[in-house]
Amino acid sequence: MFNSIVLVKQVPDTANISGKVMKDDGTVNRSKLPAIFNHEDKVALELALRIKETYGGKVTAITMGPPRASDILRECLFMGADAVYLISDRKFAGADTLATSYVLSEAIKKIGNYDLIFAGRQAIDGDTAQVGPQTAEKLHIPQVTYVEEIISCQKDTVTIRKKIDGGYEIVEAAYPVLLTVLKDAADTRPFKAKRIMAYKNAKSLTDLEGMTEGNSLLYTDKLVHEYEEKNLFIPTFTMDELKLDPERCGVKGSPTKVFKIESVVLAGGNHIKIDATKTGIGNLIDQLMADHIFG
Amino acid sequence: MPNFFTDNSDLQFQFKNLDLKDIVGIAEDNYEQAKEFNYAPVNYEDAIENYRKVLEVVGDIAGNFIEPRAADVDIEGAHLIDGKVHYAKGTRENLKQLSQADLMGMIFPRKYGGLNFPFTIYVMANEIISRADASLMNIFGLQDIGDTIKKFGNESQRQEFIPRFCTGEVTGAMVLTEPDAGSDLQAAKLQAYQDSEGKWLLKGCKRFITNGNGEILLVMARSEPGTKDGRGLSLFACYSDSTVKVRRIENKLGIHGSPTCELQFNDTPAQLVGQRKFGLIKYVIDLMFRARMGVSAQALGVSQAAFNEALKYAKEREQFGKAIYNIPVVTNMLIDMKEKIESNRSLFYSTAIEVDRKEKLEELIDKLKEQGKPFAEESQKLKYSMKLVNLLTPMTKYILSESANKVTHDAIQIHGGTGYMKEFNVERHARDARITNIYEGTSQMQVVAASGGVINDILAEHFDVKEKKEYKGGLNRLAGFLKEIREIYKEALKYVLDKKDPTFQDVAAKDLVDLYSYLYVGYLLLDEADIEPKKIFVANRYILNSLANARKNFESIKNENFSDILHAEEILN
Repeated sequence: MFNSIVLVKQVPDTANISGKVMKDDGTVNRSKLPAIFNHEDKVALELALRIKETYGGKVTAITMGPPRASDILRECLFMGADAVYLISDRKFAGADTLATSYVLSEAIKKIGNYDLIFAGRQAIDGDTAQVGPQTAEKLHIPQVTYVEEIISCQKDTVTIRKKIDGGYEIVEAAYPVLLTVLKDAADTRPFKAKRIMAYKNAKSLTDLEGMTEGNSLLYTDKLVHEYEEKNLFIPTFTMDELKLDPERCGVKGSPTKVFKIESVVLAGGNHIKIDATKTGIGNLIDQLMADHIFG
Repeated sequence: MPNFFTDNSDLQFQFKNLDLKDIVGIAEDNYEQAKEFNYAPVNYEDAIENYRKVLEVVGDIAGNFIEPRAADVDIEGAHLIDGKVHYAKGTRENLKQLSQADLMGMIFPRKYGGLNFPFTIYVMANEIISRADASLMNIFGLQDIGDTIKKFGNESQRQEFIPRFCTGEVTGAMVLTEPDAGSDLQAAKLQAYQDSEGKWLLKGCKRFITNGNGEILLVMARSEPGTKDGRGLSLFACYSDSTVKVRRIENKLGIHGSPTCELQFNDTPAQLVGQRKFGLIKYVIDLMFRARMGVSAQALGVSQAAFNEALKYAKEREQFGKAIYNIPVVTNMLIDMKEKIESNRSLFYSTAIEVDRKEKLEELIDKLKEQGKPFAEESQKLKYSMKLVNLLTPMTKYILSESANKVTHDAIQIHGGTGYMKEFNVERHARDARITNIYEGTSQMQVVAASGGVINDILAEHFDVKEKKEYKGGLNRLAGFLKEIREIYKEALKYVLDKKDPTFQDVAAKDLVDLYSYLYVGYLLLDEADIEPKKIFVANRYILNSLANARKNFESIKNENFSDILHAEEILN
């Protein structure tokens, strides 16, 4: 039996851009982009679910994000997660990888009882690949990055194949360990029809607060109780609940400063016709080297 | 990220306008099931929301996984190696995903592990899957076998077989056809006999068995030695164990992903399903309603796929300095295809709901009987529903499968020479469509089956009501044309009946069924156009086409175009 915690993130769907998504200053207008489940995190969840199916144990998915991130937690439930937590607080806004990994590591400590932590290699919005490793550091546990395959779980160690430049390494790590997962590690399973129907109405505290707003007949406390009874309540951790240091959260706890944002427009230039001869190709290579594209 | 459920606006229209209230009410025991199962709906709206969300998953798997694998499945096909059938790689992956998503037991009760979905939603899933890969419907759509066990088997058989379908652990096959018993199923010979302990064993050969390699087989066999007709046939369930040999699989024109097997039963242990002698005359006839809807869904799905390819190609392909989409004859063909698909879809879901209603009324009556409650009112409803289903199911199968051939054929035409090449999908769609008007009863058999209801004019009252309805503006003009078609139908029917010639009636039946279908579908489309302006175009083209065709049907009958069949010997030899 191995218990897993999976770190998941809701990201803007940069692959399906429509309308005016870039602001004039070159930054992304997130409200114009549909929000999706970061794919590598989904693969991470898939690996955790396979561990559960093979060896038994519990899979818990957690996300830090705005209230609407509860969407992907429901999707985790649809795939088979046993429990999910939303980590959400206005004071978390503007967090860089340092502040995010601080909050996540404290949430993981609160949840406790884990053998494996899974995360996607990186999220498609920031592409930093830092949150997983930093979280492991803060928890003082080993980490294995670029995981391609979990070969087997032994009593005290897990055997993993990880990708390296030009090949792979087989490594063994002691529990608890944090793994960051590549997208090719597994095909993700589809949502299960029965779980969709069972959990489609799972709601976080903020979701329920939204329902009571403007409806004097509903009380949040009562709703929370009702949803807990039905096993449809998504617990939310706030800064206070995690007893976090405000100085280490959100913008305040984020030393990363964006130096410059550039809107790069790739435009095609002139076409050059190259003779399909040795000389023609030789000249092309010379030109590319002169332009510092080669060499 | 194409989703074959959400990207299809006409399917969305049909889904939005489904009225399944009475059907879902019965299926969910007035929503009592929600107390026992956390995935059962608490009311009708919740049920519809469940169906929508699950169909979105079907659409996602179909669009993003099944469709991209379909061309390879067609090339690789299923194979027989050392007596064992192997699906194409893509087919295996498809089935795994559908099982993981809990979709292999959509129509079964929850207590056996199913989703307890209405038949209508299940065939909608079949349409979506067929658009992605028509050959997959032949395996996905065989959930009906479990349904027959559910309806006519005993409780221990239900518990033994149905949960295994639901998990996707097994697939099944309907084992009916024999070398000398195709359309004429009552000629089946495969022998069922009892050993000294009374256990049933099967011996003999079956042919053209779709997915005959399935682990659970539903076999029609002759249990009454010495009999020659349908009354000597019973239905059996058995496992495909070592006594069942797949002798060969067929090398077919299309649906390559679906293995078509020749099976030999060598004293195979089997269980009797239901009562002896009712195999064909009750159980198989009942199963056929649903199986024909499965094939109709396949026809509709593959038509949609071919149309989408044709439309896309027509927009991209430039000739004479413009996209061929803008060349009137091409535009006209595309509109014709679209009109066919949408009118077929209206007919299809209208029929599906009726099949659903019939099934649920039967369940309800069984339950009321058990509880010792009166059921006269339900019996009355069932009687009418049965009449409709007897007419609409074969009519739907006939029209949709013939249409699929026409639409896929035209899709190749729009592609020109390119469409004839294997690199493009349309030639596959045309090959896949070709079987739909042959199996589960040829079009000719469907016409025979539908003609009873047509000759007895069973929808007379329905049409009377429709004729009195006031339609908005231009639709009234179309309603007028339908009245004209009805007069033509009446006159044609009278002409045929007055002849009192069974041969003439047999051949004229096709024209009569056509005429009746224009009326039924025409009114469906008028009602849809009444609530959705975009449908006015479909209704308009359909009804105008129908009026022209109705005149032709009538002329064929009145002129006795086919009276020369009396001289067949001289003409044909």
